[in-house]
Amino acid sequence: MGYPHPSHPRETPVLSKHFGEPEARTLKGWRDRGGYVALEKALKMDPAEIQTIVKDSGLRGRGGAGFPTGVKWSFMKPDGKQHYLCCNADESEPGTFKDREIMRWTPHALVEGVALGAYAIYASVAYIYIRGEFTEPLEQVRAAVKEAYAAGVIGENALGTGKTVHVHVHQGAGAYICGEETALMNSLEGRRGNPRIKPPFPAVAGLFGQPTTINNVETLAATPHILNNGAEWYKQFGRPDNPKSVGTKLFSVCGNVARPGNYEVPLGFNFGEFLWDLCGGAGEGREIKAVIPGGSSVPFLTAEECRTAVMDYEGFVAAGSMLGSGGVIVFDDRQDMVRQIARLCRFYAHESCAQCSQCREGTAWTTKILERIAAGDGVAQDFDTLLSIADNMTGKTICVLSDSCATPVVSGLKKFRHEFEAKLKASPNVVSFAGTATAAAAPRAAGPTV
Amino acid sequence: MADVKQVTLTIEGRPVVVPEGTSILEAAKTAGILIPHYCYHPGLPVAGVCRMCLVEVEKFPKLAPACATAVGEGQVVHVHSPKALEARKGVLEFLLINHPLDCPICDQAGECELQDYTFQEGRADSRYLEPKRFNPVEDFGGDVLYVTNRCILCTRCVRFMDKVAQEPVLNVSERGDRATIGIHPEADLGGHAWSGNVIDLCPVGALVSKDFLNKARAWELDRTASVCPNCTQGCNSILETRDDTVVRMRPRANEAVNQYFLCDQGRLDYRWLERRDRAELPYVRAQTARGGTELAATDWDVALREAAALLNGRRARVLASPMLSNEALGLLARVVARTGGTGVFTVRTGDEAPLVGVPDLALRADRAANVIGAELLGFERREIGAVLDGLGADDVLVVADEELAGLAPTLPAGVRVLVVGTTVPTWAAGADVVLPITNMAEEEGTFTNLRGRVQRFLQAKAAHGLARPSWYVLGDLLAAMGDGEGYFTAADAFAALAAAQPSFAGLSYDALGLRGLPVADAERFAAEPALAGAA
Ligand SMILES: Cc1cc2nc3c(=O)[nH]c(=O)nc-3n(C[C@H](O)[C@H](O)[C@H](O)COP(=O)(O)O)c2cc1C
Ligand code: SF4
Ligand code: SF4
Ligand code: SF4
Ligand code: FES
Repeated sequence: MGYPHPSHPRETPVLSKHFGEPEARTLKGWRDRGGYVALEKALKMDPAEIQTIVKDSGLRGRGGAGFPTGVKWSFMKPDGKQHYLCCNADESEPGTFKDREIMRWTPHALVEGVALGAYAIYASVAYIYIRGEFTEPLEQVRAAVKEAYAAGVIGENALGTGKTVHVHVHQGAGAYICGEETALMNSLEGRRGNPRIKPPFPAVAGLFGQPTTINNVETLAATPHILNNGAEWYKQFGRPDNPKSVGTKLFSVCGNVARPGNYEVPLGFNFGEFLWDLCGGAGEGREIKAVIPGGSSVPFLTAEECRTAVMDYEGFVAAGSMLGSGGVIVFDDRQDMVRQIARLCRFYAHESCAQCSQCREGTAWTTKILERIAAGDGVAQDFDTLLSIADNMTGKTICVLSDSCATPVVSGLKKFRHEFEAKLKASPNVVSFAGTATAAAAPRAAGPTV
Repeated sequence: MADVKQVTLTIEGRPVVVPEGTSILEAAKTAGILIPHYCYHPGLPVAGVCRMCLVEVEKFPKLAPACATAVGEGQVVHVHSPKALEARKGVLEFLLINHPLDCPICDQAGECELQDYTFQEGRADSRYLEPKRFNPVEDFGGDVLYVTNRCILCTRCVRFMDKVAQEPVLNVSERGDRATIGIHPEADLGGHAWSGNVIDLCPVGALVSKDFLNKARAWELDRTASVCPNCTQGCNSILETRDDTVVRMRPRANEAVNQYFLCDQGRLDYRWLERRDRAELPYVRAQTARGGTELAATDWDVALREAAALLNGRRARVLASPMLSNEALGLLARVVARTGGTGVFTVRTGDEAPLVGVPDLALRADRAANVIGAELLGFERREIGAVLDGLGADDVLVVADEELAGLAPTLPAGVRVLVVGTTVPTWAAGADVVLPITNMAEEEGTFTNLRGRVQRFLQAKAAHGLARPSWYVLGDLLAAMGDGEGYFTAADAFAALAAAQPSFAGLSYDALGLRGLPVADAERFAAEPALAGAA
């Protein structure tokens, strides 16, 4: 539902069904709403069986990369080693706030999903890593975990099944990079939150060097529904012609939009209808100019492109962007795209963990150029430099934060180049730049005078 | 190890065969191809952060960091393909945008990997129009100065303190382009006996030596393979001289002894090689006009004849320095044998300081290079206070470059003294003959380290005054005593030692090379096996 707005009739509330209901936060309230039935069922099953059901359901990671969850789980075999499940609740991607609402309103949904996921990957211990600034969600999840322990829902003998599932809650210290899976593991271990070089992959050597699975909040919260209703039920949500993207998905909508908030729709939904019908468009007297559909790390779509885009993994790619985390950021016709892009890059520059040369230096350099252009001090070669830096920052670093910073620059320069050019024309530097260039070029062109 | 699987791949069109698990970067080295790199260092855990070593591997979707990518059967690697070159050019540009480029006042200039790779494959111009970042210089303690602006954040220094020194006091502080290397607020690198290695490990001029600060430009230095004389570990070193003056000592890699490292004591204790109070000429005792005697300068022939005459019919009591080479000690042992005398030595000691991350590497308690050599060649080790005990009035005390620092012994009346040394100690000023020798920087020779490894050091600078190499002087002395004809090269002196002394049998300068070899009975000196499980 579009909390704080009432649910739109065209939404399909599965995960968000109980947003806004304070009673759903308690164990009793959650049980009244069908909670922990799936967990009990799961704990009586063979973990491999759960892996198969989740694989069959077609659920894909909701953290951004869209990796098939059942496949990820199936990397975990009963090898006698200590396994860990990490729940990624670091949600720091600008424009993304869906996990926050899951944790605020239905913390038990997360605890249930986490316990279920842990069991399914042969892990007796799970960690929920919550973004440092999420104080209210942290409180809610802590309370739910405490309640679940007290009631024997989790712990040494979870729900009386004799199975052990421990759930620990960890508060991050406020770093976007700790949402990257291996940085999160370093951070949990008490180290600096730097992404690790891969291989080894977490399934081989993750948290504390042990086989580990990491999943997003929304991913894990979806699994009890799949176990309750079956893989086939989950697959009904989606375009009939695209079995690769199924299920419901929460989209966080923010920016210049009439009704911001979280909306849950089946994958395959039409993005135009979503934006203008469900979210109400840009609002009174305004036009949508651009939309980032999947969190700040994905390319822009123009209003035109939004109208026909399909809201699933493949659909957004076909439209020239990505589904990412489902954070929809809307820019209306008043927005200065150069300034907006500079702002995004400043975020990445601030958050780069500083390991990779390209990212540490490139994010800051990009930001400085953009801010200079935005301030009316751009020079003609800035565009080429920006694109060349972006190229040097893409596909060459340990994690994709570097690429994420380059993305809005490249897509912005492609789709809103006129805005960049307008800034440049206003810049006194362009005149003097062109002037000096010709003046300086003249004697050189003449060649040596010997 | 013999059954490690071998992997065949192609790097820059050359076939390479290396053991499974080798990195592409190391594999390329075996084919003589240097893949540019900053964060990688063979003595440190792989970090894969600088991204300078990106290469193109056929069938890989992205460029691969050569330091962190293991070789694969049939891989085809392109180091200098346009794509790889472009990526590395990009990295170099990123590293340089905020770099001060103060090469003219930077001690690293001339031996700087940022200069080298930029020259090799960087951009010729800068596209950076913004103001450069500034951070002040910081004193990390010990010999180490951190010039923050030059740092490329490769984290070699951090990993050294973490994993090799195992005293994790350095860190990366802050993030983004605000990141710098930080030091624990209560720490001081002076507190660790091996911290100076971060200076050598730093690929740029960000960590510089206070001792070497502004002393010389790298291209003015002559470099000579040597062995650190400051303890029995025998770390392989490089003596760097400018105009015949030693200005720096740095580690030379030897997997079997010191890997890539040198302790601070070793690297900083070189000034004695430049002492000015040297014995410069041969002297013999002569009558003065006023009826007394004095040491009068003479020529080598006279001095050697007088020295031989002194030893004729008397027992030699050789007080040898454990800093003398095997060659010199072997010849002194012959003097002892010929005269029916004895040989003794004493060793200055201090606290042992291991480098925890490297097996069997420590600043050893015995602070002299050739204690084992002296023992193998029959010299008796004594406490400093007792070193002259039993010296008879009829003996000739041969002071072989030993000053007995801190002791001013009174010699028994009538005892005759022959000084074979770089200096004449004040307590031996009554010597009958002085034969001046060169110090280890001025001559060639070998030391035997605590594990019985014989290692060569080469001559780094010219002799002082008329001093001659120790093995040359002692060879001539023996010749004057009727034993042999002396030696023209250190190699010959060593060959004679190898022929006469079973421990050194089979060894030669050629065989020793610059990495050294163990003596025949080296098992005697093996490290005690780690007390696994004991305690
Ligand atoms: C810089 C960076 C930040 C990320 N932040 C988050 C995050 O806050 N939450 C999240 O679930 N995934 C985040 N991810 C993705 C995770 O690395 C990982 O793919 C995800 O948690 C896997 O869960 P899933 O398979 O359930 O999607 C981030 C990735 C990167 C590169
Ligand atoms: S890309 Fe950026 S954030 Fe990611 S590891 Fe490298 S420096 Fe850190
Ligand atoms: S670190 Fe290298 S490039 Fe930088 S100033 Fe020193 S010598 Fe020049
Ligand atoms: S000080 Fe030197 S070794 Fe340390 S991170 Fe900086 S450049 Fe690397
Ligand atoms: S040398 Fe390979 S990434 Fe630094």
